[in-house]
Amino acid sequence: MKQPKKTTPELTFTAALDYAPSPETFPVTLKKRYELFIDGKFVAPKTGKYFASVNPATGKRHTLIAEAGKADLDAAVKSARRAFEKTWGPMAPSERGKYLFRIARLLQEKARELAVLETMDGGKPIRESRDFDLPMVAAHFFHHAGWADKLDYAFPGRKPAPIGVAAQVIPWNFPLLMAAWKIAPALACGNTVVLKPAETTSVTALHLAEIFQEADLPPGVVNIITGAGETGAALVAHPGIDKVAFTGSTEVGKRIAAAVAGTKKRLTLELGGKAANLVFADAPLDEAVEGVINGIYFNQGHVCCAGSRLLVQEAIHEEFVARLGRRLRTLRVGDPLDKNTDVGAINSKEQLGRITTLIGSGIEEGAELHESSCALPGEGYWCRPCFFTGVTPAHRIAREEIFGPVLSVMTFRTPSEAVQKANDTCYGLSAGIWTDKGSRIFKIASQLKAGVIWANTYNQFDPASPFGGYKESGFGREGGRQGLAAYVKLG
Amino acid sequence: MNFPLQHPVPPVDQVGVEARAAFFTKRSLKNDAKRAGLRLAVSMMDLTTLEGADTKGKVSQLCRKARQPMPARYGCPPCGAVCVYPNLVAQAVKELEGSGIPVASVATGFPSGQYPLELRLADTRHAVGEGAAEIDMVISRGAFLEGDFVRVFDEIAAVKEACGEAHLKVIFETGELQTYDHVRFVSQLAIEAGADFIKTSTGKVAPAATLAVTLVMVETVRDYFLATGRYIGVKPAGGIRTAKEALQYLVMVKETAGDDWLTPDLFRFGASSLLLDVEMQIARMEEGRYQSAEYFAKG
Repeated sequence: MKQPKKTTPELTFTAALDYAPSPETFPVTLKKRYELFIDGKFVAPKTGKYFASVNPATGKRHTLIAEAGKADLDAAVKSARRAFEKTWGPMAPSERGKYLFRIARLLQEKARELAVLETMDGGKPIRESRDFDLPMVAAHFFHHAGWADKLDYAFPGRKPAPIGVAAQVIPWNFPLLMAAWKIAPALACGNTVVLKPAETTSVTALHLAEIFQEADLPPGVVNIITGAGETGAALVAHPGIDKVAFTGSTEVGKRIAAAVAGTKKRLTLELGGKAANLVFADAPLDEAVEGVINGIYFNQGHVCCAGSRLLVQEAIHEEFVARLGRRLRTLRVGDPLDKNTDVGAINSKEQLGRITTLIGSGIEEGAELHESSCALPGEGYWCRPCFFTGVTPAHRIAREEIFGPVLSVMTFRTPSEAVQKANDTCYGLSAGIWTDKGSRIFKIASQLKAGVIWANTYNQFDPASPFGGYKESGFGREGGRQGLAAYVKLG
Repeated sequence: MNFPLQHPVPPVDQVGVEARAAFFTKRSLKNDAKRAGLRLAVSMMDLTTLEGADTKGKVSQLCRKARQPMPARYGCPPCGAVCVYPNLVAQAVKELEGSGIPVASVATGFPSGQYPLELRLADTRHAVGEGAAEIDMVISRGAFLEGDFVRVFDEIAAVKEACGEAHLKVIFETGELQTYDHVRFVSQLAIEAGADFIKTSTGKVAPAATLAVTLVMVETVRDYFLATGRYIGVKPAGGIRTAKEALQYLVMVKETAGDDWLTPDLFRFGASSLLLDVEMQIARMEEGRYQSAEYFAKG
């Protein structure tokens, strides 16, 4: 075989067998504008106002979304209350389960269309919306459909009863999936819902509302109001609700906690994170590299449980960083609708601004930036996947949640130092451990202050598995038996 | 070089490596990428017949197929090699004269390798003497599973010496070694003992080649190259029957080891029935429609 001399052997990833564009071609039409979904019907906002929704891959407006005002909010809460008292609350649990099963099946039937919409509206790669978001959305409805008439078994010896009207405010990173995480358990436990999607990603929630209509879900069981942060704040503060569930930033979470303090409202919060991936010298290296890559670049890093801090044992630091750098070069960044895209568009101009600022702070504070050399599209919001070495625990990029494709690499010498550094954060949502030694996994996991800990893998989700945080990552769990507890009163 | 090995052998996580392999099957190759990939796959194919019933006639047919797999208008390249039993090497050499296509011979007591080393070396020398340019040896899986790595290492080194100028492909029979840790370790062992190519399987044991096993082997040759600058080839063999699967292997190679390995010098498919499906796909790309399998020559 050919054995050319190269001084420093390096791999080349360039033109050979270059993939041709492979755009998803499923035909989808966005509506000219999207209305509010109140009492089972799509209605124009009483404010008469609409705001623009932008496709982040082009930076252009692609539809209009209704802006809900106080009157709309009142109507939605009133409708949810009526449904709770007259239809959904008194309904036999097995009947509620049937509706949820029907919704789950409809979601599966329309999965392709919804995946394309999700990608157009939010910028995530079609491969992820098709293979991750939509299957998980349906799975959450199926899982909770099964619970609807078995709640007594989830809480042995207790009498679970629904709470009432739940106000649910969700983020823009997994728009439809977060709607499913919120709505499915609420409905399974007999509650009714007023949901507010994030202002940059309202489209798929309103298509989900069409599925509710198609499933004949009684009017008022789920209401969807759209708008910006003020709409969410007004919903949370509304006197007609019994329960608040929020997923989003820690900053907003704190404001919500203050707003509901001293009221009868129950609260669960799923907030930010700054998760550590701990890679020990005996780790399966290639799989650890994949796990770290997946941990930080999945969904452009717009993931609350993203593994945004890499703690690698000093003995393999240099080698691991070299492997990471090579893998970074093979990430395909670009058109989210192309089936071969790994990293799509940043969700909004504002978010791109936040990420850019924090990357700037990393450079200023003296860390070394390693960037993918990929070309970026000319329009829309884009950020090259990157990582920093030479990061110290005091750097902003080691402490603040970036919520973008930016990884901070640090080192440790011993297991106790690894644990200490991993826990050195105000957050505690998730963590990853990479080692070939099983006993070490258990020992380290028991010392980490994080709600979800993955061993030799990352970003694995299942509706049966509870998800939630320690410390400023929030409280309450979503998914599994534990997740149901947030939506029942126990007698 | 001697055992113990000079280079580290990292552990392999089964769940992770299988997930990574599955990822490559999600890539979508269209139009020019698919056209190029299909032709590359043909050029990497070790067209193989390894049956007790093989005859000179069968081998002659196979050689002609390897020279020109499809009518000239399709622009399909010749195959990478023809792979036969030692008794049929002379016939294959005669048929392929002037074509530039090398003859590969299985040897060393293929497929079990359960013969005394002297006989296995004699088998190798005979095949080389008949004109084989590539030798596909089998390792002693029994010795490997007993933990006698020194013997496995020394046997490979001895066969390499017996090969002379011929290139050595070392077959692991990964279906018998079973774990990815074994595959990673034996890959490094074979490379350090002198293999030019490492190869998954004989085709006589199921499972034969899988994408995940081949990925572990490609990762090994990649890391060895980065450490030493030396190129080693990889050959998955057995069980790859469709053009779609072949393209998934090429995607894996491209994204794991990079451009350098996308050549018949460093990547081969050991296959007998794969060629037909690749031909049908090439024809479909050119003609714009599928044709009946009856329009394609089987031999």
